[in-house]
Amino acid sequence: MKRSMALSRNTKRKLVTAALLGPSSAWLFFFLILPFIAIIVFSVGERGPAGGYQPAFTFANYANLGARAAAFLNTLTLAPIGAALCLVIAYPVAYYLAIKVSEKHRLLLVSLMIVPFWTSMLVRTYAWMYLLGARGIPHLFELVGIENLRLINTPGAVLLGIVYGYLPLMIMPIYVSLEKLDRRLLEASADLGAKPLPTFLTVTLPLSLPGVMTGVALVTILLLGEYLIPQLLGGGKVFFIGNALVDLFLQSRNWPYGSAIAVALVAVVVVVIVVTMRIGFRVAGTRQVDLV
Amino acid sequence: MRALLASVYLFLYAPIALVVLFSFNSGRNASEFVGFSTQWYGRALSNVFLTQALETSLIVAFTSAALAAIFGTMAALGMERLGTRVRAIFEALLAAAIVVPGVVIGIATLVALVALFGLLNPLIAAIWPFAHPPRLQLGYSSLIAAHGLFTMALVTMIVKARIAGLDRDTVEASSDLYATPFTTFRQIVFPQIRPSILAGFLLAFTFSFDDFIIAFFVAGANTTLPIYVFASIRRGVTPEINAIATMVLAASLVLIAVARFLMREKKPVKD
Repeated sequence: MKRSMALSRNTKRKLVTAALLGPSSAWLFFFLILPFIAIIVFSVGERGPAGGYQPAFTFANYANLGARAAAFLNTLTLAPIGAALCLVIAYPVAYYLAIKVSEKHRLLLVSLMIVPFWTSMLVRTYAWMYLLGARGIPHLFELVGIENLRLINTPGAVLLGIVYGYLPLMIMPIYVSLEKLDRRLLEASADLGAKPLPTFLTVTLPLSLPGVMTGVALVTILLLGEYLIPQLLGGGKVFFIGNALVDLFLQSRNWPYGSAIAVALVAVVVVVIVVTMRIGFRVAGTRQVDLV
Repeated sequence: MRALLASVYLFLYAPIALVVLFSFNSGRNASEFVGFSTQWYGRALSNVFLTQALETSLIVAFTSAALAAIFGTMAALGMERLGTRVRAIFEALLAAAIVVPGVVIGIATLVALVALFGLLNPLIAAIWPFAHPPRLQLGYSSLIAAHGLFTMALVTMIVKARIAGLDRDTVEASSDLYATPFTTFRQIVFPQIRPSILAGFLLAFTFSFDDFIIAFFVAGANTTLPIYVFASIRRGVTPEINAIATMVLAASLVLIAVARFLMREKKPVKD
């Protein structure tokens, strides 16, 4: 009697677990796993006569990836440079917010730093398109006699847009790792006669590296799939993989080739994640990061 | 240091502030402020294409965020009950849903659904007894499916973090006092995770409402607000876009402020 009850309780428990996870598992299967299998299948197919897809088994699309080398090159250079620029600005800001600002103002100041990340990326990028365009900053320069200043549709404009868009995302994890830092370590270092700079280099910086790694990884990964910033601030000139994908799927309708590029993009993302996780694990354990 | 902090805030907010300022410009010219006027708001709101896009965006954002909040919370609760191995697989899939670039999610959903519809539509046409068989196509459901993927993963992560900080003693006390598991959930667990569910819902809503790139691929014949704004920007910068942009910003700022407020309301007390 007792045993059968225990058994039925166990089955019941499993049923409840299955019911709780059912909808999300179905969602992950139908809208993540299945689509991903679909693009892998499409990537070894051929372009149909009117665009779209025709079943085949060929690696021609992968062999032809070099035709879009410029998009890969732009992405793989500007994304890390953009992430590095974000880091250079974000670190001192995060340090100041976490260590120097008084507890009373901290919450508000930190909120003001992150909130822009959650507002429309389109609108924020548009704001710079507006500022860098002919009637924005170049117009102001014209008033003081500097003519024909071209800011928009340059790699510099794209980098500016990247820093603007992703700075909050870089600040957050670094801030979290610095805020958790045990202040007594800094005091101990000072008591033992270390000057501020050696204390920073031997105590603060190493302890904040997990946050730095998380920030660099997050920003780089999101930048690899960026479309809006190069589209609006780079014109047709500074092209990312995301722009190539939009072109291939929505304009030239070469779906199999586009699928191969998408698979390649995911491969690059996976490599970036694995590399940063390796370095991250070596530096210290992993760390939970607040998304907001 | 103080100057650096101030200039970073200026950098973050000045461009947005300019867009807001010029949305109230009575003149058409983007580089000089002539006078105060709300005419561009009136013009934007009486634009049928815009209001239709807004309606689509609101329907999609509300539905996908509601589904994400429900399914995501269920997933977060269910994951607690899993063994380590299955749990690790589930966590990896959720992380993938968040990390895979939006452009790839958009493409993959497009490709999969078009392939699926290509198989199903002839089948439906063959068995449909009446004259006009329904045709499956991209639209609301594909938008909700693709947005729901990311947002569900997001809600799961947020609620899971809250569950991790939950006081286990009260849960045990409740069952010791003969409360049924459902009563324990309703009276002990749910009130504690409710703020994080609501915050997750609001963030999910904001994400869906602001998303451009996924919608660009899977919207089909529908136009969401970001798609409309993107198309108008390509036609040229106008004060009307500034007005729309200001309204979009205001909406997401309010949602985010509320979400952040909810998420810090009850921080887990560490001893």
